[in-house]
Amino acid sequence: MKENNGPILELRGVSKYYGSTSALHDINLQVENGEFLTLLGPSGCGKTTILRIFSGFETPTKGEVLLNGKVINDIVPEKRKLNTVFQNYALFPHMSVHDNVAFGLRMQKRPADEIKTRVQEALRMVHLENYAQRMPGQLSGGQQQRVAIARAVVNNPMVLLLDEPFSALDFKLRKQMQFEIKHLQRQLGITFIFVTHDQEEAFAMSDRVVVMNEGYIEQIGSPQEIYEEPENLFVARFVGEINILEGVILEVQENNAYLADVGGVTFPLRTRRNFAVDEKVLVLLRPEDLKIYHPHDEDLEGPHLYGRINESVYKGATVDLTITLDNGQRIQAAEFFNEDDADINYNIGERVAVSWVAGWEVVLDNAGE
Amino acid sequence: MRKKLPYAYMWLVYAFLYIPILVVIIFSFNNARFSTDWNGFTLKWYDLLLKNQPLMDAAVNSLLVAVCAASLATFMGGLAALCIHRYKFTGKKILQGSIYMLTISPDIVMGIALLIFFISIKVELGFITLLIAHVTLAMPFVTLTVLARLSEFNENLIEAARDLGASEVKSFVHVLLPLTAPAVAAGWLLSFTLSLDDVLISFFVTGPSFEVLPLKIYSMVRHGVKPDINALSAIMFGLTLFLVLLAQFLARPKKKFLKED
Amino acid sequence: MQANNRFRLFSISSVWLWLGLFALLPNLALFLVSFLDRGETDFFIPVFTLDNYSRLLDPAFIRIFWDSMYLASISTLVCLLLGYPFAYLLARSSKRMRPWLMLLVVVPFWTNSLIRTYALIIILKTQGLINKLFIWLGLADGPFSLMYSDFAVFMGLTYTLLPFMILPLYASIEKLDVRLLDAAKDLGAGTLRSFWHVTLPLTLPGIVAGSILVFLPALGTFYVPEILGGATNMLLGTFIKNQFLVARDWPLGAAASTILTLLLVLLALIYRMSSRKAAETPLTEKGKKKGAADA
Repeated sequence: MKENNGPILELRGVSKYYGSTSALHDINLQVENGEFLTLLGPSGCGKTTILRIFSGFETPTKGEVLLNGKVINDIVPEKRKLNTVFQNYALFPHMSVHDNVAFGLRMQKRPADEIKTRVQEALRMVHLENYAQRMPGQLSGGQQQRVAIARAVVNNPMVLLLDEPFSALDFKLRKQMQFEIKHLQRQLGITFIFVTHDQEEAFAMSDRVVVMNEGYIEQIGSPQEIYEEPENLFVARFVGEINILEGVILEVQENNAYLADVGGVTFPLRTRRNFAVDEKVLVLLRPEDLKIYHPHDEDLEGPHLYGRINESVYKGATVDLTITLDNGQRIQAAEFFNEDDADINYNIGERVAVSWVAGWEVVLDNAGE
Repeated sequence: MRKKLPYAYMWLVYAFLYIPILVVIIFSFNNARFSTDWNGFTLKWYDLLLKNQPLMDAAVNSLLVAVCAASLATFMGGLAALCIHRYKFTGKKILQGSIYMLTISPDIVMGIALLIFFISIKVELGFITLLIAHVTLAMPFVTLTVLARLSEFNENLIEAARDLGASEVKSFVHVLLPLTAPAVAAGWLLSFTLSLDDVLISFFVTGPSFEVLPLKIYSMVRHGVKPDINALSAIMFGLTLFLVLLAQFLARPKKKFLKED
Repeated sequence: MQANNRFRLFSISSVWLWLGLFALLPNLALFLVSFLDRGETDFFIPVFTLDNYSRLLDPAFIRIFWDSMYLASISTLVCLLLGYPFAYLLARSSKRMRPWLMLLVVVPFWTNSLIRTYALIIILKTQGLINKLFIWLGLADGPFSLMYSDFAVFMGLTYTLLPFMILPLYASIEKLDVRLLDAAKDLGAGTLRSFWHVTLPLTLPGIVAGSILVFLPALGTFYVPEILGGATNMLLGTFIKNQFLVARDWPLGAAASTILTLLLVLLALIYRMSSRKAAETPLTEKGKKKGAADA
């Protein structure tokens, strides 16, 4: 294959309208060769539309689709060097496993013996070499899933597209298939584009995650960036539980450090965003970033908020606490068991002090809501 | 007793539907020309039938038209179902509406409309006009039969085929057609029967040069009961029975061919 | 995209071409001819007239039309009354038996109507089966004939068209969710009431479809009345046929059949309304409300 240092797949200013309703707004996206990219978002966010634009089943209303640097807007699906693993597998029910996997090669009119060896190889890769003569109806869900993958990768696609491929599998099988797919991607070294609405699945498998909402890309980044540095409230909320506190900037210091009034207490904040004095901000904190103290704890230092325990749920590795702050706001905290601090059991109604690991907060401007 | 009563009603209706036919079949073996009493078993009416050359010619004509009309109607009707199912185009609603209207439109109206049309464009009535009429009669029924099957078809299968490098037409041939074949075959059989049974349309659109069986039977029946018509009826009924059984066999649901779940 | 467009274009245009040429155009021609004058040598000449329709107001035609409507309506009604309980029992029969019971309805549906009409002669004629049965039962003491009467025509229509009523009825009753009836009963509606408030409205599309499939052919056929009714009374189908083949008055025949087409359109509209209503009305709600009100 020709070496190409640019992106393998690219969307330039792509919009998609269905009549007057729009599904995608001016999307720009570059997919690097060899990466595992996940499109993540709630249903109807446009992630599947992007996948279908890549595979050629939808054409963009505006903008360009590029594969390996060439515009492919007008190329029909069958002529694209991309293959798809469909949501419900879409195995041909009237063909054996072997014939399903051989279908693409037959369409390319490859010689019979080449087809035979390549199909066997693909089936071996998904551990189904002994199932070649079965009909799809005789296979379990997980096996059908593997056939669908083999049927796609046997054609040596430049990019493999996976449309919520695990939605029909149970939890355990799902975990196993996540592992196998990730393994397969490393083995093949080709680009995988994966669509899901499950953020855990996205984080577990991807090099990069594209978070989408209502036809817009909200954020692109590594799973860690998405989780720890969400760029807006939607992303912050979508990828996990989060507490949102309101604050006002009191003082601008050097190196993007600020002092702010949060719930009547002055906290130091650290953010790469720029704010001015008196500007309203939102301070975002994951439950596990919060630190809970007994009010008279000797470790208690620095600024903190007071509240009462509402609820305490034992989760094994953590204890999840619901706390009502003195200003009436409810927040969630997750306390980990560790040897230094054995006493993380709190009684309902007990008064506690709340602070967080300095610098772990995310600060957004409080304009939108 | 309360459970039995409804079934008794069902069998009464079945008796109403079948007794006349069964009586005709029994009398087709009766060795008497006029009597409705049983005079012993004979096959001579069947023999007489086979020796009736004009009737045999008409039967051959009918079968010829039925086979051609059924094939063409299946092709056109299947194509119409495919268009309605897969494509968006202007006038689609009108097309669908026309197809529904054609299935309930009285045959006599279609017959005279086509008669006026053929006479206006000065086409001689015969095989071609009859063929066109029967295709137009049967095509909407094929469309509805195939559409019913397509509505259960998993759309992803076509996309999967195209994703794997099959052109649209190839994806129809390799995936859509094998999976809808039973409905297509049932549509063919229905068209064949419609063509073979039609009196009202054939009456208007065929000429003396091309006589068909139903019209022959019609002219015979008008002159009352005759044992050779009994024999002919028995044969026609046997043929229908065979076709229905074949169609039922083909159309029986094969779950694995359709959508998951 | 080129190849797709070509196939798409081919299929859509060939379907349109066929239906346009051999269904829409002929019907349009028929409609036009109903407004033309009959010629001396030609079947019709291009002179506009409303004469054909005014001739349909002739008492003789009104009589034919009325008789036909009457016979077709009675046959439709009897088919419905016979067919509904039958279709209901069929839809509620055991899963194992149902395909076979269905088959027994489908066979007459597919059997040549002409032959089925003919078969009735043997039953109805002098010395026919009914005649013999009556003598045997002591209800009659001599030969009599049921043939060549309105009753025979009515029997013929009912007999040949009953399967056309049963099949659409079966289709709509089978779709009916049994849980709705359970719900209605649970809410205090008796068998009759739950039938009236739940079953009947939900199966209305089947009732209308079946009635159309019986009523229109009953109006349009000519061989059933001609075989069983003899020459005693002329019905609409025969009237139209005669204009084309005997009287050679095509414009009048076209006008008469246009009336048939108008009836078809009217019935199709009724069907649309009934099926829309059944699809849209939240009948579960209705059943509940009624049940609650009764309780």
